Amino acid sequence: MSANPTHRTSGAPGIREPLIHAEGLVKKFGAFTAVDGIDFDVQPGEAFGFLGPNGAGKSSTMRMIGCTSPISGGTLRLFGLDPATHGREIRKRLGVVPQLDSLDSELTVEENLIIYGRYFDLSRAEARRRAGELLEFVQLSDRAKSRVEPLSGGMKRRVTIARSLINQPDLLLLDEPTTGLDPQARHILWDRLYRLKQQGVTLVLTTHYMDEAEQLCDRLVVMDAGRIAAEGSPRRLIEQHATREVLELRFPAGANAENEHFAIGLGERHELLPDRVLVYVNDGDQALASVIAAGAKPESALVRRSTLEDVFLHLTGRTLVE
Amino acid sequence: MSTPASLRVFEWKLLVYRRVWRSNIVTSFLQPMLYLLAMGLGVGSLINKNPASSQTLGNLPYVAFVAPGLLATTAMMVASIESMWPVIDALMWGRQYEAMSATPIEATDIVASHAMWILFRSGIAAITVAAAMALFPDVRSWGLIAAVPAAMLSGLAFGMPLAAWSVTRTREMSFPVIQRFIITPLFLFGGAFFPLSQLPLVIRWFGYTTPLWHGVELCRAWATGSSLGALAALAHIAYLLLWAAVGMFLMRRLAQRRLFA
Ligand SMILES: Nc1ncnc2c1ncn2[C@@H]1O[C@H](COP(=O)(O)OP(=O)(O)OP(=O)(O)O)[C@@H](O)[C@H]1O
Ligand SMILES: [Mg+2]
Repeated sequence: MSANPTHRTSGAPGIREPLIHAEGLVKKFGAFTAVDGIDFDVQPGEAFGFLGPNGAGKSSTMRMIGCTSPISGGTLRLFGLDPATHGREIRKRLGVVPQLDSLDSELTVEENLIIYGRYFDLSRAEARRRAGELLEFVQLSDRAKSRVEPLSGGMKRRVTIARSLINQPDLLLLDEPTTGLDPQARHILWDRLYRLKQQGVTLVLTTHYMDEAEQLCDRLVVMDAGRIAAEGSPRRLIEQHATREVLELRFPAGANAENEHFAIGLGERHELLPDRVLVYVNDGDQALASVIAAGAKPESALVRRSTLEDVFLHLTGRTLVE
Repeated sequence: MSTPASLRVFEWKLLVYRRVWRSNIVTSFLQPMLYLLAMGLGVGSLINKNPASSQTLGNLPYVAFVAPGLLATTAMMVASIESMWPVIDALMWGRQYEAMSATPIEATDIVASHAMWILFRSGIAAITVAAAMALFPDVRSWGLIAAVPAAMLSGLAFGMPLAAWSVTRTREMSFPVIQRFIITPLFLFGGAFFPLSQLPLVIRWFGYTTPLWHGVELCRAWATGSSLGALAALAHIAYLLLWAAVGMFLMRRLAQRRLFA
């Protein structure tokens, strides 16, 4: 794409003031605590992720960052400003892709972008010009005049992303950008987000897909039950919290528990899941050979690299997507 | 030169309305026509034969009595419908308000734009009714022009409190109940079809407290050119404005709480 739809955030050279600074951040709904004292900083140009299962508090955190939900405790600063007193100023500089699409299905794709631009006080002509460019960027120029209603989920998501860029935001917030999409639609979206990242746009996204986190995030936090369980780059998290390889053993249905003993002492540790036994080792093939030698008869066995899924399992004892 | 934020939200409503305005105006013309024909000519021909009734109606032919009332009731109907389903739609189904809340648009702008929208829609409805009325010789008058803003104000006095209620809802269940047990009784007992003086004292006083009666009185006085003192007119206007203002105040607080929770 020739035209750059977003600003590059260029801080003063040498000094890196974080775009987002959160300390002891809390969100309560009545007596229930959805976000329970989390700390994180996001630097300009970074792609930062919140990885966590349903109900972890990802959206609650995103809405606080987006200045549409007042914080219940702790400190939050965006661009050095306090959302409680400068919500409007901050929102001017944000692009938001909410978890649930909020496009106006009565309007055309183009009209959706233009009216959204009007909310940022762009002139009609400028909003129209940017809408054209952004629809090209998300590869939907041919759908500009069609209504939103009949578009596929993936296309609607791309329209929402185009819409979120209309004000040339300094920071783009994406809440589960690809949940519910088919693999092809997800790859198209990842490609577009990757381009934005290359253009220097700061991305903050939530996901419960570990492959999405690995693809897009420079750095991420693993979130569970309102708390941060670990923080780092995908690679570092895997190095820290998992072994190099994983041996997956599948025994006949219901027989995984009784075969668990084969995994004991084999590697650094193991996890028993309802449908398989995971053994964390440095050399998967060698571990498999020893298990077979010990007389185990798994239905199938697989050696793979460790992923963020394993990190999450190790930290919380649960899988990301049930 | 930037446009006020509330106007830019109003622009969104217009953009959607652009697709439906034609069918919309046809309906809002046909409905009062039917009422005028049935009530004014049908029922009216009976009433006009009775001298005592004519006196109660201020010596107006029945159609001339009923027609201005229709201006106010139509505005009320339109304003109340626009303040129920479309509000919950923008909150929960279409999520347009949620989309706005992520931009520099504030709850205040949404409320102000809703007020503009109510004035716009009840204005269109009132003009259409006035156009229908102009087809009846007994009703036709220049005063109709003055009655249109009075009808718009009645719409606002109704729409804003109702919108404040809608902004707190998570389901539409209460809306048909409101229609059946508040709007319809008001339509019938708000002084549009017969003078409230015909009713038992308790019901009469209930009628006086509702905004509709004040709107009907204003519309009727101005459309028929009957005598209404300046003070009485001001009192009616002030009362309608009070309802509108309280509604706007509540809607702002409740929308803020709902959208920025
Ligand atoms: N407005 C609200 N009122 C009450 N409870 C809420 C509200 N919003 C969220 N919660 C609760 O807070 C917890 C965290 O919700 P949140 O939406 O932040 O999770 P999430 O990580 O985004 O999950 P998901 O993957 O399902 O989107 C959940 O238990 C949820 O039920
Ligand atoms: Mg969520």
